[in-house]
Amino acid sequence: MKKNIMLGLLLAFALLLTSCAQATPAEPPAAGVTQPPAAEATQPPAAEATQPPAAEEEQVTLIIESWRNDDLPIWQDVIIPAFEKRYPNIKVVFSPTAPAEYNGVLNSKLEAGTAGDLITCRPFDASLKLYEKGYLAPLNDLPGMENFTDFAKTAWSTDDLSVTFCVPMASVIHGFFYNKEAFDKLGLQEPTTWDEFYQVLDAIKADGTYSPLVMGTADMWESATMGFQNIGPNYWKGEEGRIALIKGQAKFTDEPYIKTWQQLARWRDYLVSGFEAVKYPDAQALFTLGKGAIYPTGSWEIALFEKQATFPLGIFKPPVEKVGDQCYISDHVDIALGMNAATKHPEAARTFLSWVASAEFAELYGNALPGFFPLHSTPVELTNELAKEFVSWRNECKSTIRNSYHILSRGEPNLENELWRVTALVVNGTITPEQAAQEIQAGLDKWYKPQQ
Amino acid sequence: MTKRPIHRRFPIHIVVFLSPAVLIYSLFMIYPLLDSLRLSFFTTLPDNSETFAGFQNYILLFTDSNYAPRFWGALKNNVIFFLVHMLVQNPIGLLLASLLASGGRGRKFYRTILFMPTVLSVVIIGFIWNLILSPLWGVTEGLLKLVGLERLFQPWLGIESTALVTISLISVWQFVGIPMVLFYAALIGIPEELIEAARVDGASGWHIFWHIKFPLILPTVGIVGILTFVGNFNAFDLIYTIKGALAGPNFATDIMGTLFYRTFFGQQLQLGNPTMGATVAAMMFLIILSGVLAYMVFWQRRVQTVEM
Repeated sequence: MKKNIMLGLLLAFALLLTSCAQATPAEPPAAGVTQPPAAEATQPPAAEATQPPAAEEEQVTLIIESWRNDDLPIWQDVIIPAFEKRYPNIKVVFSPTAPAEYNGVLNSKLEAGTAGDLITCRPFDASLKLYEKGYLAPLNDLPGMENFTDFAKTAWSTDDLSVTFCVPMASVIHGFFYNKEAFDKLGLQEPTTWDEFYQVLDAIKADGTYSPLVMGTADMWESATMGFQNIGPNYWKGEEGRIALIKGQAKFTDEPYIKTWQQLARWRDYLVSGFEAVKYPDAQALFTLGKGAIYPTGSWEIALFEKQATFPLGIFKPPVEKVGDQCYISDHVDIALGMNAATKHPEAARTFLSWVASAEFAELYGNALPGFFPLHSTPVELTNELAKEFVSWRNECKSTIRNSYHILSRGEPNLENELWRVTALVVNGTITPEQAAQEIQAGLDKWYKPQQ
Repeated sequence: MTKRPIHRRFPIHIVVFLSPAVLIYSLFMIYPLLDSLRLSFFTTLPDNSETFAGFQNYILLFTDSNYAPRFWGALKNNVIFFLVHMLVQNPIGLLLASLLASGGRGRKFYRTILFMPTVLSVVIIGFIWNLILSPLWGVTEGLLKLVGLERLFQPWLGIESTALVTISLISVWQFVGIPMVLFYAALIGIPEELIEAARVDGASGWHIFWHIKFPLILPTVGIVGILTFVGNFNAFDLIYTIKGALAGPNFATDIMGTLFYRTFFGQQLQLGNPTMGATVAAMMFLIILSGVLAYMVFWQRRVQTVEM
């Protein structure tokens, strides 16, 4: 009798085990089933995407993967309700991850088959790799895609521009925020050249009330992104220099890059003491508390700064060498939305993406998130003053994107990571601009063979 | 009782009792471990398929001008991280344990207080210490000023030469409760007669500690050492919380865990490389395994003779 019970128990265990084992192989076929709709997407427009009837049959829920956790309230209160009003049968859930973890988490989720239906796309290679691995569906025939210029689409297309896999949403523009109250009190003007820039900093430093320049190097990316990529385009002439790097006609050891790092090295004297351990949120808080005068950053800060700062804010462009020099701005295509190739609701996802490609979304998004500038070919009426000023720079200056994003961060050592590391070291004063240039170029030479 | 069968029946109950643990461990520990080791011998082709690559990943890790400095750097930093724990955390743990074991009022209170950081989340620890040491809002500079030592203040977490030791000491602060509790348990387990006998013979407190108590808790010293070793070479979370996956400045705080994370999952524009990540993980496994083996061969066998 006892023996029977034991055998029974063993049998139960065995059954449990086999059922567990069966659960795993069952997954690949399931993913296979969803493949055809994704493949269909490359075929001529089936038109089912724009027809609400297809969606009317049953309620579907779409999940958006994103790194913009700051935007959660705007998606929940403004953007998603506007969409759901029009398409009541599609529920949309915005599910962000912390920015620093997004890429890693997303990759793992996609590999495991648990990622959401819609994927917020980082620009260039990170998303291109996802497309090449088959995680992002091609969207060439998506209704609404014609609303974007090739410049806007480059960041989310294959190198030959034949396939686009994400709907461009917005770009961000780099620049300097300043505390207007501090400038008024000290009788300072917005600087336009480097000489004026340092005169202003010297005046603020001499007065002593404010930290002249607010930035920390603890997180490293600020030095590279808000420093190097912010002020550099004026030296390397924007797109011209960026493309020369890709073609192998220019090197990081060239004068424009050394000069950029030399400027950053000069910043050290104006940073708050202990800046080596100041993190990004610390720097933001220091500035919005009114303790700093100038903050090098980008347009994405508008919403947060306007909410937290109790003083009027101003912005100015990255300084140039001489008055009248052609100015260049980093107008970085930053964010787009693509479709998970393995989504269970491809029609609903395409419906949502079509809506994202519409002028209605562009206006909603551009105004709900001031500082994120829609890439839609129809100009969008912006209401935020600072956002308007940022976007007005496009008229006088030439736009470019961060030079590490396209092609040049494909190999190892990773150019972007290296720029973070060496630029922070330059600001810290640990290495010289020349050493930084040599390290970056050596890292790039190790794997990058430009086709001339 | 007298009618015992000659042939012992197959002890099926052993199988039944063992199977849940064996199944769970095999499924969730041993299989992933072996599969990860397997992965380290493969490489990913551009079309996302895996091919066998022999020791290529290991050769890359040890010799490539991109991987080798990171690997040896992380290993060196990890050794420093471990040494700080061995030289600071465990002696302090022993000191606190012997103070607690010597009795006195408020003993239970202090025992709880000292153990508390251990049960806090690493994220909280990282956040608190970031604030305490912050050059902008931290209390450290003010406290140093009170004693006239403000010149000593530096943004330790951001300076290449001090960042790793600072984070190691934060980790020491958090985990000092574990050696303390282990030593404490060992110390109060020592028979009172031995100590009384020593006292009658005129031994001082110092003598009693080093010649009676310490030899008797040697097995615990070994256990604490090996726990520290395993914990430190698996460490990741505190550094990730404070410095991020790039473990700056200039990889000064990069240890095996952060190197593994960065390699496996990627970082910003760098995409993850699962096969190289598995290679780093395999090295971590080998380092820990060799440490544990050395402990078993050289320490555990010897102290067995001292044990009562």
